[in-house]
Amino acid sequence: MLSNITLGQYYPVDSRVHRLDPRTKLILSIVFIVAVFLAKTWVGYGLLFAFIVLAARLSNVPLKMLFRGLKPLKWILIITFLLNLFFTPGDTVWVSFWVIRITKEAFFQALFYSLRLVFLVIGTSLLTLTTSPVALADAMEILLSPLKVIHFPAHELAMMMTIALRFVPTLLEEADKIMKAQMARGADFESGNLITRAKAMVPLLVPLFVSAFRRASDLAMAMESRCYHGGEGRTRLRVLKFTRNDGIACLVVAALVALLILEGILL
Amino acid sequence: MPIEVKNLTHCYSEGNALKTVALNDVSFTVEDGEFLGIIGHTGSGKSTLVQHLNGLLKPSSGQILIDGEDLNAEKTDRRALRQRIGLVFQYPEYQLFEETVEKDIAFGPKSMKLPEAEIEERVSWALECVHLDRETVGKKSPFELSGGQMRRVAIAGVLAMKPSVLILDEPSAGLDPMGRDAILTMVEELHARDHITILMVSHSMDDMARLATRLLVMSEGKIAAVGTPREIFSQPELLSSIGLDVPEAARLCARLRQEGYDLPADLYRPEELKEHLLRLFGERKEGAGC
Repeated sequence: MLSNITLGQYYPVDSRVHRLDPRTKLILSIVFIVAVFLAKTWVGYGLLFAFIVLAARLSNVPLKMLFRGLKPLKWILIITFLLNLFFTPGDTVWVSFWVIRITKEAFFQALFYSLRLVFLVIGTSLLTLTTSPVALADAMEILLSPLKVIHFPAHELAMMMTIALRFVPTLLEEADKIMKAQMARGADFESGNLITRAKAMVPLLVPLFVSAFRRASDLAMAMESRCYHGGEGRTRLRVLKFTRNDGIACLVVAALVALLILEGILL
Repeated sequence: MPIEVKNLTHCYSEGNALKTVALNDVSFTVEDGEFLGIIGHTGSGKSTLVQHLNGLLKPSSGQILIDGEDLNAEKTDRRALRQRIGLVFQYPEYQLFEETVEKDIAFGPKSMKLPEAEIEERVSWALECVHLDRETVGKKSPFELSGGQMRRVAIAGVLAMKPSVLILDEPSAGLDPMGRDAILTMVEELHARDHITILMVSHSMDDMARLATRLLVMSEGKIAAVGTPREIFSQPELLSSIGLDVPEAARLCARLRQEGYDLPADLYRPEELKEHLLRLFGERKEGAGC
């Protein structure tokens, strides 16, 4: 029932990409997003494609998982492609009948824009598929900690994210259980119009809220009883470390960006 | 309404790295009027199994026949079947949601679209079954009650649908001895007085010794043994090899036999052990008197 909802889509296998420092992966993903927008010609898109193939191969994540992220975007992709195809002005006419006019320039622009979206989604999917949400929150905390100078609550934010992420599967499981329990009592979540369906959610939501509040207060108590008092002077169990692989990954991405900039100047 | 389970297999997260086989080719039959105890280690597939019996999970392969009707066939009305097979989940008190105890219990019958008078009657009957006084708790919010009372209200919510089979998943977990005894007495009455077929999952061998007429032992998704409690509890090696224990009385009996007392090997209920012991010591006294 609820098993098809994937929020944390971490794919737990071991690979060089999985072992990279989450900070590296986070920063490189951001750099990659910028790089996608630098590409202008076939050469640029070819480079990006080669990079994605390399990263995907190294990550040991099955292609099916990578492409799953594209599924919800299929309509956006199709519409982007068609809009650009029909409404981009150009000179070299390929097809022309009635009101439809497809030019070479329009075709390539449509293709590039769609590819750009595909690259963005797959690139960021690679980050979330190879990095556990908790590692991501850790990375975020460290990367944001310089902002503490201006009283930005980096630690609190990361802690809230970690807790929220930690409880997503728990609450999903709980929701699934309560749903089943109410179904065993004859509740019907699947039929009826919008209002009956919304009403049918009450037997699910009330127990879920009750248990979420109970869990929250239990957790607060448990944290306090273990002397949690905020981020001040807190050390970590798993200290993040840059390794040689991180250096190599940075170099590869730097080379990619350099080549893309060069492409922009030369071509 | 016999329940027949045929070669039932269930895998969680099929087709990805997290795949686990929870049930592996399980077959058994539940006859009318019996009290089937399901025992097994944590993670042996008990809870998965009972959810299948209610049609809440779809088997990866295999069949469940209820009165000869395939539970997962296209045309089967699963909601109607669920009313005949009541399922009480583990910690059922977490499913309470209404403003008052009465309303919560009426939820099941209401979704069966029964007439108002019938619902009223069923609420009273269900509360009586679980030994709660309608006058005192009926109008209270279920969240004001104690843990044991909440659980009984939740069970009443399932009973109000008048199922002919009642499945209970660890009904006494996490309760104090008094609360536990109240629940078990209640289940015992439902079986004896109302002739409801009962399937009960439990970790407590003593509860099983007290109530079950037949036992199903699960281990790692498979059935390790089926038989009467006497047959099962006389195989302590089998039970301990899968991380289970025998009832208190059976353990004491085994210990006494070790010490050379002449007792039958298959005693498992406190009462029968007491009788044998009295007889044994009575004979001794007589012997000494001579």
